[in-house]
Amino acid sequence: MTYLDHAATTPMLPGAAEAMAQQLGAVGNASSLHASGRAARRVVEESREAIAAALGARPSELIFTSGGTESDNLAVKGIFWSRRESDSRRRLIISPTEHHAVLDAVEWLHKHEGAQVCWLPTDSHGRVSVDALLACIEEDPDDVALVSIMWANNEVGTVNDITALAQVCTPFGIPLHTDAVQAVGILPLDVTASGVDALTMTGHKLGGPYGAGVLMLSTDVSATPLSHGGGQERDVRSGTLDTPAVRGLSVGVQEAVVGRTERAARLAALRDRLVDGIQAEIPDAVLNGSPVDSVVAGGPGRLPGNAHLSFPGCEGDALLMLLDARGIECSTGSACSAGVSQPSHVLLAMGAEVERARGSLRFSLGHTSTEADVDHLLEVIPAVVERARRAGLSGARR
Amino acid sequence: MNVIAAMSGGVDSAVASALMVEAGHAVTGIHLALASTPDASRIGSRGCCTVADANDARRVADVLDIPFYVWNLADRFRADVVDDFVAEYAAGRTPNPCVRCNERIKFAAVLDRALALGFDAVVTGHHARLDAGVLRRSVDVGKDQSYVLATLTDRQLGLAVFPLGEMTKDQVRQEAARRGLLVADKPDSHDICFIADGDTRGFLGKHLGARIGDVIDDQTGHVVGQHHGAHGFTVGQRRGLSLGVPAADGKPRYVLSVSVADNTVRVGPGEALEIGFIRTGAPVWHTDVAVGEPLDCIVQLRAHGMTSPATVTPYEHRTEIALHRGQRGIAAGQTAVFYGGADADVVLGAARIETADRVLTDTSPR
Repeated sequence: MTYLDHAATTPMLPGAAEAMAQQLGAVGNASSLHASGRAARRVVEESREAIAAALGARPSELIFTSGGTESDNLAVKGIFWSRRESDSRRRLIISPTEHHAVLDAVEWLHKHEGAQVCWLPTDSHGRVSVDALLACIEEDPDDVALVSIMWANNEVGTVNDITALAQVCTPFGIPLHTDAVQAVGILPLDVTASGVDALTMTGHKLGGPYGAGVLMLSTDVSATPLSHGGGQERDVRSGTLDTPAVRGLSVGVQEAVVGRTERAARLAALRDRLVDGIQAEIPDAVLNGSPVDSVVAGGPGRLPGNAHLSFPGCEGDALLMLLDARGIECSTGSACSAGVSQPSHVLLAMGAEVERARGSLRFSLGHTSTEADVDHLLEVIPAVVERARRAGLSGARR
Repeated sequence: MNVIAAMSGGVDSAVASALMVEAGHAVTGIHLALASTPDASRIGSRGCCTVADANDARRVADVLDIPFYVWNLADRFRADVVDDFVAEYAAGRTPNPCVRCNERIKFAAVLDRALALGFDAVVTGHHARLDAGVLRRSVDVGKDQSYVLATLTDRQLGLAVFPLGEMTKDQVRQEAARRGLLVADKPDSHDICFIADGDTRGFLGKHLGARIGDVIDDQTGHVVGQHHGAHGFTVGQRRGLSLGVPAADGKPRYVLSVSVADNTVRVGPGEALEIGFIRTGAPVWHTDVAVGEPLDCIVQLRAHGMTSPATVTPYEHRTEIALHRGQRGIAAGQTAVFYGGADADVVLGAARIETADRVLTDTSPR
């Protein structure tokens, strides 16, 4: 099996799985006052410190959550509610290429809570510019509750210059949240240096466990809780801490960050070979997103493991199925509602036509990817594309 | 064979898929997403295209250990089936959307795509027998679906597989239960899948708008009531007429004809519905026929309707059907299916009804 869907989820690192399994055997609620509770609390706090160190954040800024979706919802809704209550701010400034965990939270706030949304324009690579953000803020700075712009796009891999964007927000005192789920452990990232006020990350995209994530939330920014209870995490997030998952997450983040430079270079080289190989076989295949050699803030302008391509005349669904039948797993990179694929909102926001959006595939490489994986794909892709093209035309015939 | 199995999430397609897997074929399960609006695909709607149905189909595929995908054919379905359904009613005809869906979606869009992707055939859970290209009624006459498959061409039938034709519905449920499939006792779907609440007239009213018109007594020519749009009525309909003036003889009145052009509905006694002569559009034949050469057969004029012996005369792009026994409530737009063979269960051909006349031209068997 050739797994080219690491952006969906990547295998757990052995060290993380081992640490987590070990902790599963230990009893202790991190909020209990006795010895077992203190032992669990110690694991949680050591994990928090280790993750903070790896991210360049302070331990007190980290809130453990159930993953990316919860962190995004907590940041977007929580900060909106808090700032609406404290100084009646109602505007949200959002990039249209965000993950649905941000987009749908924003849409919900718009529909049910009176939020006004300013959608930032993006360029044809899906990148937000400093000028566009500034213009949007200046329309009415005093009414802006939050800006949310993802660090790196999960579909097309385009990296935003979050540090520069945060510098735009700072003078206005407007908090910037960034969904960095795809960025942590693969891009150079230092929370404090970046100037962001809130950052989402999750375990299972970097070799940690499923169902464990973090919202880094500056202690200067308050957020209204989504769910109420024991207030375990700074009174912002309630629920008994999942000590085994937190420990697994900590090991995963540390290992990912420690090996980051070497792995990023290796994956970029593999990715370049994958893209070059496909374009050599299928000359009209289009790479979506930022060019492979683009640079943002001194680092990669595109996620090193990301190759997102459109195959004119093909349906992404047909390509995926044909590749799956040949043991190659990838993604159409499209939002999946009710199992029905829709043209990607990211590609549409980048100005792509519906046909191009429908005929695209995302290949994403990760820590277990090998040369053989790329070879396997390059070996089968010409026949698969040819076949999908015939099916695509038959679908168009009436 | 390397086949696509269309899996609705119901018990029939589940067992059809299981039988193909057990027969040693490479089966890939496909659920067709046909609803255009997300709401219509959510819980609460009937038919075969809710998210819950897709999940049921996926669970069956898991148990059978076959690949499973959802194909989004909502655009095609809307254009070829739903829009056609509305347009047919607007033209005063009574379409059968299941026939249309088989002709244009399952055995056209899906079949073409499957072939292009390298598959050999499309498997469905229809209750009909198909042996060496010969389409016959299911052994379970009560569940038989040969009527909605009869207009498929020989090429389409040659690329279709119906594994359930030799089984009764009860047997299908038993086979599902024996394999531990959770859909074994799932209720049958009824009605039109894209009209979630079953209110066809309400659906048509929403699409075609209301337009007040007269209900006319066919015998006296008097206006006996009003309606909100002739398109909402179908020939043979009795309920929902809300007539202000009772019939002279006190007997129930039925819709005899619908004219969308002048927005009138004509009503009369049940006897006046008796039809003896039918003209159809271009037929599909599964047997050799000669133009102008009359053919005695059994004809079925509605999906769940009675059959009648008849003499069919094929012409170049039409047929004429003389019924030996009068039939009531025959509507333009429905399909006439011709059956023959020793047990009158072999589909000889089919055609769409264009006009129906009361005249019983020739009632003597030939």
